[in-house]
Amino acid sequence: MSLSRCLTLVLAALIFAGCAKGAPEEKARAQVGVPAGGDALVTGSIGEPSNLIPILSADSASSDVAGLVYNGLVRYDKNLKLEGDLAKSWEVSPDGLGITFYLRRGVKWHDGQEFTSRDVLYTYRVTIDPKTPTAYAEDFKQVQSAQAIDPYTFRVRYAKPFAPALASWGMPILPAHLLEGKDITKSPLSRSPIGTGPFVFKEWIPGQRVTLERFADYYEGAPHLSRYVYRIIPDSSTMYMELKAGGIDMMGLSPVQYQRQTSTREFLARFNKYRYPASAYTYLGYNLRLPLFQDRRVREAITCAINKEEIIAGVLLGMGQIAHGPYKPGTWAYKPQVADPAYNPARAAALLKEAGFVMGQDGMLAKNGVPLSFTIMTNQGNDQRLKCAQIIQMRLKRVGIDVKIRVMEWASFLTNFIDKGRFEAVLLGWTIGQDPDLYDVWHSSKTGPKELNFVGYKNPELDRLIVDGRGTFDVEKRRACYYQIQDILAHDQPYTFLYVPDALPVVSSRIKGIEPAPAGIMHNLIKWRVKAD
Amino acid sequence: MANYLIKRILMLFPLLIGITLITFTVIHLAPGEPVEMQTAMSPKVSAESRARLREFYGLDKPLHVQYGLWLSHLAHFDFGRSFAPDNRPVTDKITERIPITLSLNVIALILEFGLAIPIGIMAAVHRDTLLDRGISVFVFVGFAVPTFWLALLCMYFFGVKLSWLPISGIHSLGSEHLPPLARFWDMVKHLMLPVAIATFGSLAGLSRYMRSTMLEVLSQDYITTARAKGVKERVVIYKHALKNALLPVITLLGFSLPGLIGGSVIFETIFAIPGMGQLFYQGVMARDYPLVMGILVIGACLTLVGNLLADLCYAFADPRIRHGRG
Repeated sequence: MSLSRCLTLVLAALIFAGCAKGAPEEKARAQVGVPAGGDALVTGSIGEPSNLIPILSADSASSDVAGLVYNGLVRYDKNLKLEGDLAKSWEVSPDGLGITFYLRRGVKWHDGQEFTSRDVLYTYRVTIDPKTPTAYAEDFKQVQSAQAIDPYTFRVRYAKPFAPALASWGMPILPAHLLEGKDITKSPLSRSPIGTGPFVFKEWIPGQRVTLERFADYYEGAPHLSRYVYRIIPDSSTMYMELKAGGIDMMGLSPVQYQRQTSTREFLARFNKYRYPASAYTYLGYNLRLPLFQDRRVREAITCAINKEEIIAGVLLGMGQIAHGPYKPGTWAYKPQVADPAYNPARAAALLKEAGFVMGQDGMLAKNGVPLSFTIMTNQGNDQRLKCAQIIQMRLKRVGIDVKIRVMEWASFLTNFIDKGRFEAVLLGWTIGQDPDLYDVWHSSKTGPKELNFVGYKNPELDRLIVDGRGTFDVEKRRACYYQIQDILAHDQPYTFLYVPDALPVVSSRIKGIEPAPAGIMHNLIKWRVKAD
Repeated sequence: MANYLIKRILMLFPLLIGITLITFTVIHLAPGEPVEMQTAMSPKVSAESRARLREFYGLDKPLHVQYGLWLSHLAHFDFGRSFAPDNRPVTDKITERIPITLSLNVIALILEFGLAIPIGIMAAVHRDTLLDRGISVFVFVGFAVPTFWLALLCMYFFGVKLSWLPISGIHSLGSEHLPPLARFWDMVKHLMLPVAIATFGSLAGLSRYMRSTMLEVLSQDYITTARAKGVKERVVIYKHALKNALLPVITLLGFSLPGLIGGSVIFETIFAIPGMGQLFYQGVMARDYPLVMGILVIGACLTLVGNLLADLCYAFADPRIRHGRG
């Protein structure tokens, strides 16, 4: 058979295949470069999920997928306020120690069984079970007793009032009827989960994709999209090309892509770009155990010498905003006017002089003959952080501070430097949690090895405010605590808070019904639909 | 011959154990532990849950006990369970990725030898002509150009601009509904770019090698004799010279055996191919000891077997080695 005949046959087979199935989306996808049709949403992800039983995994890819398959008792709504999810409502007892959840009736698991309080009790028990290798037991360990009063009422009691408790019940609820009495680490559910969420797990092809399908019996009503495909594309340039070629409908853009590569008329006709603050901030943290950084004036001087606007312009191409403290602008705990030192090199010079540093012949500062010099460490593979460190280096040199930069592989960085306190300054980032509790990162009891207050910040006043803030459910009282905390942090400058970057998702314009909100765009995924084109 | 064979096979076992001991030690010397990779910088993890995870993976035991346990599992052909959160058997993780890596490498290897040998011959026969120089430039460009860059350019050109070829992955979405032939064609289209670029990048070494062995053979007396006899140039080159020039190249083929299961991380990442390179890289980065050890043991076995085969071929060809004299 000649080559051309062979090709004709293959082509015929292809066309025939498309017609035979009759599904328009199938046909469109089998051809290359044709924009995705049909009512499936295809997204790209750098990472592959590891385990779809949420309590056993900690990576974002797993929680992205699990978030569509499972529900918690509560969740954050589009305005980042807690609302009922599997719980219709809840009641906090007057002493603040007990929470009673009233569960929704008629919620079905994907296998048809009914969801009840037994599932909630099981999820709680398996999470605190010492045999379960989970990283998430901490919040549930504060629980003194948990009981399922009847199939639709679930009550927990705490030893002391604990405000983050409520949000901790946003933990995905696992199906007791499939897991109880079995070894959860060997359960098939980790590769093919069964939940109560809007999408039913269909298949997972390792290294390639995870496919979910609409759950017709979803308690809020079935999603409009018939399928949700999560494609694993480990390289972001490749993902971007797939987006342009129509291989995926949605991805997160980098600031360069957002600003420079996606503004053509052709691109804007095919895609909608969104922009809102991400729940994360980048900071320069100082090792407060070192005499140099124990002097508050030195820390404030460094902050004054750094031009945060310039960092945002240079590193994020303007796609972000200045961070003044550990909260996301616009959330209820965020204090809008906080006295965070602004860019002011003259003030930096004055503060350093006050702290005893003298400008030498070479234009560099020194105190008793010891030059003012330190190393900023950051992790490998994060280009933004490296650029950020370089801009800071340049700025600090202008006021006479010599900065060196050292980039380390993540594991070595943590084990050999962070855990042992062998660092001077670090450039890292934190995710901003939904609940404003700061205990783990800022309380003085968390300064031990492998704990998160690794800079060694200790302030009794701040400790008291943190404990007060988590000890009440009253939002106004909590807000007062967190406002004060932000003032103290702005004054003490244990970190120089640098910026809150923007999340920059882009979605194919054939997807309709997207409603940007403070929580992002994913909150109403079940309402998204495809306009036939 | 039988004696020699038995001796060589028995030698493999202490060698293999030595290799595992060294790799086990080295991988544990790297800072960081799997537990840490999963829990680091997470506010929700207490020291207690960290200890719980370490115990679950058996990391709380002394190192020699861990090694002993691992070795006894290996004796039962069990590579253990991965230390990643999925906790799947290492064997499963490897077997689901070997087919694609193996087939890609085999195709690339066939293409590489199939192209490099004629190129090398042509360059040798037309030594120092414009053709030879042109070929040199071509293969060295392939050698010098960073593959990831070339890959991205080709993906953009053939995938985005022309829409001729798919950009990444190994199957189209929905291709599982296609009939087998169309499904196969779909996969062929996905593999065209990666295979072409991988081959282009590796042509230089082999074709240069082929050229130099060919030149060496062509300068031998028996070639001059053949030419003097009036044998046609075609016959001289393809019958008399090529046979002898190919021998060292075929040895080279034997050495590429262990390379067949190894994949390139950068390559697989760019093309989103779920192969062994990515698996190994992620394993190392996450300090997934059983997975890393599993892949290394397979690689070590293939290397040892490859060497054994090469030695056996020599022994077969050369009686001095066979009889231990020489």
